[in-house]
Amino acid sequence: MSNILECKNVTKVFGAKAALRDVTLNIPRGKIVGLLGPNASGKSTFIKLCNDLLTPTSGEILIDGKKPGVDTKKIVSYLPERNYLNDWMRVSDIIGLFRDFYTDFNEEKAYDMLKRLDINPKDKLKTMSKGTKEKVQLILVMSREAQLYMLDEPIGGVDPAARDYILDTILSNYNENATIIISTHLISDIEKILDEVVFIKEGKIVLTKTVDEIREESGKSVDSLFREVFKC
Amino acid sequence: MPWELKSDRPIYSQLIEQIELRICSGVYPLGSKLPSVRDLAQEAAVNPNTMQRALAKLEEDGLLYTNRTSGRFVTEDVNMIKQVKNRLAKEHVQVFLKKMTELGFDYEEILSIITTIAEEMKE
Repeated sequence: MSNILECKNVTKVFGAKAALRDVTLNIPRGKIVGLLGPNASGKSTFIKLCNDLLTPTSGEILIDGKKPGVDTKKIVSYLPERNYLNDWMRVSDIIGLFRDFYTDFNEEKAYDMLKRLDINPKDKLKTMSKGTKEKVQLILVMSREAQLYMLDEPIGGVDPAARDYILDTILSNYNENATIIISTHLISDIEKILDEVVFIKEGKIVLTKTVDEIREESGKSVDSLFREVFKC
Repeated sequence: MPWELKSDRPIYSQLIEQIELRICSGVYPLGSKLPSVRDLAQEAAVNPNTMQRALAKLEEDGLLYTNRTSGRFVTEDVNMIKQVKNRLAKEHVQVFLKKMTELGFDYEEILSIITTIAEEMKE
């Protein structure tokens, strides 16, 4: 099967509000995909649906041919939009937890990245700044040898230098059969590493193209096109 | 040599230009082995698939060749590199002449400006 993620006519309604409307999207293996949209466009809802934290009102999502659930969680490494780790734990404790929890967790890789980002594994999370916590979470997520990585706003809170390192980490840890989906609105920082971009607006997919197609056709960066499409 | 990529042009074609430049300037000498796709992609901070496409195009053009067992190499054909150099030179000069014409200089003036500046730079 060539698509790691298939999404057919997915709609998600919260009360009277539709967060996603009839979304159909196929994402192949071996790609880095940017899920781009303004605030409240449905990016996080989409990612949560793929991780079985929400269930679709209608439509179907298949990951590696299976509905989101226990089996897909084994192959999907998910970075949520907010910190869910216990504040009182040390980084080394959390690494132990991940090792016990996920069979594809590569402990050595995690320690190596911590070292490169100058994070002491003996530190407790509650002593860390927001940016450092985000780095720890991303390290944990990227240390899994998953088939699909879903990163919800991975670089929002970190400084530009660490952002470069994180993108470098994503590139160097990425195995060519795995797919990475990154949701963000910090487009100019990441567009160089993306294969494809998906623009999402008010719960609908408005554009799916490769970065070079966009640049070729419009003579603009993805960032400039985004500003045009989503002009307020 | 840092990788300079502009944000309003396709990454793929810019990678081709930058690799050509590196071959012409001897950063990647004739007949030498090129770093792996992954390493090059990381160095340029671009998507490995895009780097792979750029290398495939350069291979198609004959500037690179793949040895199945040992990786990707720069051509040993001196003439081919000379051709690329000439093409790059032509492109640079065309851009330059266009800008100078926009500034209102004619051909004679441009030539004399070049001579003067070249003399100044020698000293």
